[in-house]
Amino acid sequence: MDLEFGSEYDDFTKDVQDFCKEYSNAIITNANDKKFEMHDALSGNSNEKTGKVVNRSDWQRLLIEKGYFARSIPKEYGGYGGEPDIIKSRIIATEFSKNKVPNAMGGQGIDMLVPTLLEWGSEEQKQKYIKSTLHGETIWCQGYSEPNAGSDLANLQTKGELVDGNWVINGQKIWTSTAQFSQMMFCLIRTEPDASKHAGISFILIPMDTPGIEIRPLVDMTLKAGFNEVFFDDVTVPEENLVAKRGEGWSVANSVLGHERGSLANPNATMNRLNTLINLMKEETIDGRRLIDVPSYRDRLLQVQGKVMAVQAHSLRLLSSKINPNQNVKLGGMIQKLVGTELRHELEGLAIDIMGELGTLYEDDPNVRDGGSWQFTYMYFLGLIIGGGTNQIQKNIISERGLGMPREPKVTVEV
Amino acid sequence: MYFGLSEEQEFFQDNVKKFLADNASIDEIRKIASGEGQDLQSEIFQGIINLGINALLVPEKYGGLGVGLLHAVAISQALGNGVGPIPFSGSYVMAPLAINLGGSESQKEELLPKIVSNETRFGIGLSEFVGAREDAGLEIKNNKASGRALFVMDAENSDKIILATKAGVLFLIDSKDKNLTASRLTTVDKTRTFQELILDKVDCEILEESSKNIEVVKKVVDAGRIILAADTLGASESMIEKAVAYSKERKQFNRTIGSFQAVKHMCAEMAADLEPCYSLVWQAAHSFDVDSPIESRLLACQAKSHLSEIGKSVSKKATEVHGGMGFTDLLGLHYWFKRIGLNRQILGAPEIVREEAAEIQGFNQ
Repeated sequence: MDLEFGSEYDDFTKDVQDFCKEYSNAIITNANDKKFEMHDALSGNSNEKTGKVVNRSDWQRLLIEKGYFARSIPKEYGGYGGEPDIIKSRIIATEFSKNKVPNAMGGQGIDMLVPTLLEWGSEEQKQKYIKSTLHGETIWCQGYSEPNAGSDLANLQTKGELVDGNWVINGQKIWTSTAQFSQMMFCLIRTEPDASKHAGISFILIPMDTPGIEIRPLVDMTLKAGFNEVFFDDVTVPEENLVAKRGEGWSVANSVLGHERGSLANPNATMNRLNTLINLMKEETIDGRRLIDVPSYRDRLLQVQGKVMAVQAHSLRLLSSKINPNQNVKLGGMIQKLVGTELRHELEGLAIDIMGELGTLYEDDPNVRDGGSWQFTYMYFLGLIIGGGTNQIQKNIISERGLGMPREPKVTVEV
Repeated sequence: MYFGLSEEQEFFQDNVKKFLADNASIDEIRKIASGEGQDLQSEIFQGIINLGINALLVPEKYGGLGVGLLHAVAISQALGNGVGPIPFSGSYVMAPLAINLGGSESQKEELLPKIVSNETRFGIGLSEFVGAREDAGLEIKNNKASGRALFVMDAENSDKIILATKAGVLFLIDSKDKNLTASRLTTVDKTRTFQELILDKVDCEILEESSKNIEVVKKVVDAGRIILAADTLGASESMIEKAVAYSKERKQFNRTIGSFQAVKHMCAEMAADLEPCYSLVWQAAHSFDVDSPIESRLLACQAKSHLSEIGKSVSKKATEVHGGMGFTDLLGLHYWFKRIGLNRQILGAPEIVREEAAEIQGFNQ
């Protein structure tokens, strides 16, 4: 066991710490973008907005310039152009979190599309899309799920036909978050109707202002998160918007899905929320008594803290396995989405419980605590328990691929 | 940066696992549990001692291996995994630490080499310091100790026993003292022994440093808790492996039961619950070895209470996966269930330990 990163990282750590001191509790503004309203609670960012004010796209550029974001993405595509270094990435994440510095913008374009294009995209596609995505100028939404293709995603039916050098797309997507703010969608489309289920899918990029696209808001239980249904009626995009080859869409999508699952439950964010909860319990009272002095509340807090400390320690072990490729943590990686989302849901729910009636306040109620973020995040994480591969699907993956248990026998229905 | 057990630690751990697999099968465990396997138990004990587990925490200066608690954690996992029917947590973790941290130089020179040479075996009882039940408790007057101690660990067949006053002063007594009455407690766990001691003016020798510094006994408790958490970790790991293996063999409705999602999901939940526990226990042990007492004490408390909760849940689910067979003595799964159950209560049940963790952080005013 050796938890030191080595003295060669001392200078780097010092630089990051200096930067973090300057931008502690910074306020990142984006007047036009409601989506980020609750972003801070989700990502565990501080709610003490006392630091510098920076515009979001300036913030993105500054972080790239310093190498704190898009670190290993080549310069020619708008990244920092550094060598991949897991330890440096970890130092950045840890210091940002510790010093309450807002993270770079995330979202599906940055987290999913950029790695996809780097792996599968043509040179033209990389040039055209990556830089503006990193700068926060092009917002993307993901067109994967359909009403009849949820857990069974490969059953998707939205079809695309190549007509005179253009893809003509018809069908419907659902659970499309941020569709209403997005300039582009990356989409899975059935282009090879005669091929087998998984081999008939292609990965296609669609500008959201293309005629024939209709976006209908799909209000979820938080009333805020902003999912949509997206309908395609003869939507026509150029042939070159295909990423990789026809019929390779399933492989393209799968190559970055694992990344999304891991990122759904960042242990640093969970630790920050735990600390916010501890502060809340020291400030709020019942019958004049601090909530943290109520033994049953305190015991629940300590139970959650034990779980948070376990996943934090676990993230160190996962980091170690990336640095030391011989270390086997196969099962350790598979459990992240399941464990992380359930834990956040429990943590946020505990905050509601200890506040009792006050915990039910929401939105703009004058008595609401922390802007209603506890209720919002509690509900949002129920969404994440279901989304990104439901936690029941996660349990199938863990038992089949992790524990080597047999698959459920296929049921063939005679029609 | 490397987070995990070292190759050497894994090697040592594998040796203990292999030894138990070869020498302590379920039939042998059952024999020992029934009280008829004393010779067998001595053989297993000697075999494990030959691997060197008694020397781990004794500093090199006194002839030991001088490794850290993480090394002992690796061994404790292996012992939990195979429900090893031998003394370890008390005799070879807490006792050498108590002497090394609490003893004067001359006490260390006298006692520690005898642990390595296996001339002196120690039991240890700190239950009354952690939380006294009934009227138990010990006091020292004119160098004589009197009172009652419950759940003294590894005291059977010991030569000396380390005990604590309520104030946390550690002292040694002779296991054969004429003023000492010892009786074995009948617990659910037959793989390890616990005694009740009644002392009536028993000669005692105070571990000198421990009377000056309360940190000594606290550190010994921290180590004990981490080791018990590691034992539960190993036992839980074994229960999951057994459940998964059984589910791949057992057939009902013309299918292996492991193909039913109801069963698969229980196994996935157990694995998902247990996986971060390795990291937590290892970090707690590492922190014990290198960090400040405050930092490591919080980890020790959380490792103990969290593993107690996860162990409880795993031992229930793994038994359920085995169906009726899980409930039988024939399969013997209950030895793991009971070992986990005992680890949960000893040196502080989860609620007690979490309350301590709250105190460490200044939560309760």
